[in-house]
Amino acid sequence: MRQQIILSGLGGQGVLFATRIIAATALDMNLHVLSSETHGMAQRGGNVVCHLKVFGGNGEGVFTSPMIRPGMADVLLAFHPEGAKLHGHFLKKGGVLICNDTKMIDATGIALKLGNGLLTNIVLLGYAAARKCLFCEADSLRKALQNASGPRAEENLRAFEAGFMEVTS
Amino acid sequence: MAERKILLGNEAIAYGLIEEGCRIAASYPGTPASEIMGTLVRLKDSESIEWLHVEWSINEKVAFETALAGAYSGLRSAVMMKQVGLNVASDPLMSAAYTGVKGGFTIISADDPGPHSSQTEQDSRFYAMLAKIPVLDPSSPEEAKNMVSTAFATSEKYEIPVMIRPTTRVCHARQDVIVKGYQHVETKSPTFEKNPSRWAATPKFRFLLHKQLNEKLREIASANEISIPGNGSTTCILASGVAWANAKEVMDELNLHDRVHLIKVNMPYPLPDSFLKTVLNAHQKVLVLEETYPVIEYQFRDRQKVSGRLDGTVPSQGELLPEKIEDIIRSWLGIEQAKRPVPEDLPTRRPTLCPGCGHRPVFYAIRKVFPKGIYPGDIGCYTLGINIGAVDTVLCMGASIAQAAGFFHSFNGNDKMPPIVATIGDSTFFHAGIPPLINGVVQGARFVLVILDNRTTAMTGHQPIPPISIENMVRACGVEFVRVADPYDLKSLEEILKEAGKYAFEDKKGIAVVIARKPCRMDRRAQHRFPEIEVFITDECNGCGYCVERFECPAISLPKKKEPAVIDPVLCVRCGVCVDVCPFEAIGVKK
Ligand code: SF4
Ligand code: SF4
Repeated sequence: MRQQIILSGLGGQGVLFATRIIAATALDMNLHVLSSETHGMAQRGGNVVCHLKVFGGNGEGVFTSPMIRPGMADVLLAFHPEGAKLHGHFLKKGGVLICNDTKMIDATGIALKLGNGLLTNIVLLGYAAARKCLFCEADSLRKALQNASGPRAEENLRAFEAGFMEVTS
Repeated sequence: MAERKILLGNEAIAYGLIEEGCRIAASYPGTPASEIMGTLVRLKDSESIEWLHVEWSINEKVAFETALAGAYSGLRSAVMMKQVGLNVASDPLMSAAYTGVKGGFTIISADDPGPHSSQTEQDSRFYAMLAKIPVLDPSSPEEAKNMVSTAFATSEKYEIPVMIRPTTRVCHARQDVIVKGYQHVETKSPTFEKNPSRWAATPKFRFLLHKQLNEKLREIASANEISIPGNGSTTCILASGVAWANAKEVMDELNLHDRVHLIKVNMPYPLPDSFLKTVLNAHQKVLVLEETYPVIEYQFRDRQKVSGRLDGTVPSQGELLPEKIEDIIRSWLGIEQAKRPVPEDLPTRRPTLCPGCGHRPVFYAIRKVFPKGIYPGDIGCYTLGINIGAVDTVLCMGASIAQAAGFFHSFNGNDKMPPIVATIGDSTFFHAGIPPLINGVVQGARFVLVILDNRTTAMTGHQPIPPISIENMVRACGVEFVRVADPYDLKSLEEILKEAGKYAFEDKKGIAVVIARKPCRMDRRAQHRFPEIEVFITDECNGCGYCVERFECPAISLPKKKEPAVIDPVLCVRCGVCVDVCPFEAIGVKK
């Protein structure tokens, strides 16, 4: 198992939280995780990008670098349409782009319908899970989300399902 | 019980400090180092680690000296900061290398190649060299955690401070790491052996201490074992830190290990002469990959065979991203360059103050009240006052005040004396703003100083500030004009600024200080209730763009020029301040 995922969005969109959920899922599955995140000044409304590498399980090589090179990512989760343009070059040929825009999935619209625009990140995560582009099953993500959400668990899971349903419906 | 946890590099370092029995830890926040102390504070509390003293000190120099006294007393102690914080602590650093320590003492100084969140790309390892102390260069969170143990052991064995130098990509990397947990460390009692010729050495004894330091350094260098792979290849790459991690992955992928030796350097300084000689004797070609300055490279006395930063093989500035490392390795070995997608040349979003941030109205008002001013600024979220055109200089922590005075003395007597209006945050004021304020008063400078008091150190993740009255502090510095303003009350804020301007510039009385107080909206610990004022764009809006340009709330945008502005309902926090900004009264309040 080896997967390289780029998560891109704006400061305040919960990109870091989404990254942590996927990383926790990998840990639950006994895989190794190496990731790199944006902190500091850029978190104030700037473009935020996380690199996440998951590996292990079988004999394939380990990752040692916390960063993904352009043209190497298997998946790009763009929490804002800008992310798809700005970080699109990280995707490898045949890589999967999941983008929050009105054409693919209007995660922001769905989150607002649920009453909280800050749920956009979780809606998109649910959608990505349903598209089966990540290394893990949707149920493993649900479990990690539940564990990491504290008092917000119910609201977050509802957002996850709302995104998930966009594919099945 | 050992368990596997996903930890941020900084968290891993904190776990390492606790597992290794650190007793005194002190820090001042700064990206990328802040989460080390943040984690220590959290763990001390949640795990009741009562034998550990933790503190957010007032600045890095104070943090350094406090922790050092712990090490003088035989206790394992640590100080952590970002690289420019080490500049502030460089005075005790140089001297502490001479005095040495009793208990293990580690200085964790986090560098920021790029830079991502700093004024400089400086390399703390050069500080280690300058001070003549050993430095460790971790390549991952796990390694950073393990190096805490090496640092303490080396420090105790040779009675010398030891630096650990992680970079942003270690501090803010996450990795699954084994956490051992800790037993209650055998509570070693502090002892302080009086020894004035060491702890209070006069210049004559300093010479002897210097001699001892040189001896320690020689021994440490010869114990610095670095393994050289033995497959007989005549080409080698010497790398440390994240540059090694990137090079390793690239070389794995290109199957280069048969052709090229990859040598990992954990302690880039001091390097043993014998090692440097062996590397040169065994290889025709040597490439050094390290961040950010050529510390390993400079230690080669003969650099004929050595490529790196000094001969231009590696660029002299900027982060060594894995793709850059791949390009360097390929071209150095004469392999065809990789074809990879190039990023579209798009403007990235500039960071801005949060919606509802109490700093925004202050910058707006400064520009409005003092349109032709010079605006010395400082380090924090409020550096972003640049976007509003109300920050002209950003040098280093606390510089706004001394520079305001300096601008005053430069322009004083000139008939076109501009109004000088400086801004500084609460935490930065305590960190380095007090001596320059006293100095400004003593030297008779006249300017307006606005202290942006949001009751926290916001930029770095909301560390606490001293619970000391800023008003009293300012008065004690000799300032007579001190007013407190509420930034959300824009009209009265403007009035207070005008009064301050009159005091400083027209009446020529001295320095006027305005404390603009509003808790940070992102500080979850702040017990503050903010108003909820729902605003909307009325039909009066003609799309002039004044609010977007001069106030720059991220929630307000102008989709097209000359068309009405739009308020983003997700971003808007209903602070209501923009209502007083629009010159056409086109932002209304929903009843
Ligand atoms: S974190 Fe606080 S101080 Fe910093 S920009 Fe946001 S609201 Fe302002
Ligand atoms: S009320 Fe106005 S200034 Fe305040 S957050 Fe909303 S749009 Fe921005």
